[in-house]
Amino acid sequence: MPFFDDADKKVDCTGGGHMIDQIKAFIIDNFMFGNESGLQDDTSFLEEGIIDSTGVLELVNFIEQKYQIQFADEDLVPENLDTINNIWKFLAIKQHLSN
Amino acid sequence: MAKKLFSKDVLDIDLDKEVQIIIEQIREALSKKLKRRGLVVALSGGIDSSATTALAVKAVGPEKVLILLMPEKQSADDTLKLSTMVAEKFRVEYIYEDITEILTSVGFYKRYNNAVQSVIPDYSEGWKSKIVISNTLEHKGFNYFYIVARNPGGKHIKKRLPLKAYLEIVAATNFKQRIRKMLEYYHADRMNYAVGGTPNRLEYDQGFFVKLGDGAADIKPIAHLYKTQVYKLAAFLGVPEQICKRSPTTDTYSLPQGQDEFYFSLPYDKMDLCLYGKNNGFLPEEVSKLLELTPAQVQRVYDDIDAKRSATKYLHIEPVLIKDIKEIK
Repeated sequence: MPFFDDADKKVDCTGGGHMIDQIKAFIIDNFMFGNESGLQDDTSFLEEGIIDSTGVLELVNFIEQKYQIQFADEDLVPENLDTINNIWKFLAIKQHLSN
Repeated sequence: MAKKLFSKDVLDIDLDKEVQIIIEQIREALSKKLKRRGLVVALSGGIDSSATTALAVKAVGPEKVLILLMPEKQSADDTLKLSTMVAEKFRVEYIYEDITEILTSVGFYKRYNNAVQSVIPDYSEGWKSKIVISNTLEHKGFNYFYIVARNPGGKHIKKRLPLKAYLEIVAATNFKQRIRKMLEYYHADRMNYAVGGTPNRLEYDQGFFVKLGDGAADIKPIAHLYKTQVYKLAAFLGVPEQICKRSPTTDTYSLPQGQDEFYFSLPYDKMDLCLYGKNNGFLPEEVSKLLELTPAQVQRVYDDIDAKRSATKYLHIEPVLIKDIKEIK
């Protein structure tokens, strides 16, 4: 499973896409094998069965490795990680705090 | 029919009747479905394998049961003593198979140590460790795992496991259950016996087993019983008191590890009641008082039950075929 060794290679970054687009691409590629039907920005990964608890660790690993962001234990909650929108909001706050 | 009030009694069963049902089902399965002449059971000295042994003996007689004792160098000191005690109590033949050498030859100890060293670089000979789960009651988020290690001086270190180390530790540790199962089937094949699995309902429902490891068996006689019921059944069948009073452990890691710190949100007796409550439509408010928890905490346990069912669904499913083969059903 290469996702934790070479996260960069799993995402199409050729357009220099926005961070959230890259994360969305990772989710579609890694969890949905390219079939993105039904994935909206407010789709709950858990409710729709797209990502389970191990999948959340994969997602966290991807974000930590690719963007040098560290998740504290208390960050690992659905409010931060269960939808594209939630991830976007969480990362925006993280980046704001680090600036 | 009106729903029962929620109390500890909801798990009470007629033990005599339950034993009759199970032994008849074992005989029926062996003669009609499995076409095997007896049962192999791996005995760990825990309550589940002891109860399964007692049921197997009652169903087919001690002369048609073969017990395997399969410790390795990290097994708890009392594992062998307790499992031998059970085998002798039920007058059944037992074979001792130390799996340390097989584990060494597949590189288990080296692979495990390398994975832990990726998180704790000083981890080496003389250290001991286990993995523990995040606390569902205190933490409303996703489950994640820590490694807890103790150095030879007795100092403990606890670190959250990154994905790669977590998966490697679990994958390596699964060798233990799979090697034991391989030996169970070796003995079952040479005796023309079936393999008896030992999961209780909590373990079976929540996926607390290794696929093709302890999850593999031809018959699982206590998979429908909550662990509380297994304890009562074991005492009823004459399993030694020392085992009936022992707290459940995984006996899988080099540091002692309770099942509730590795996998379940609560000790087994409370976990059983939450699972029963959820399965039978009791609201968290109805369950929480008895367990001295808040309704919000019970709701988190209910959510965690669903999360574990979802995450471990793949452990239960048969290999996926692209098309049905209708002749083989």
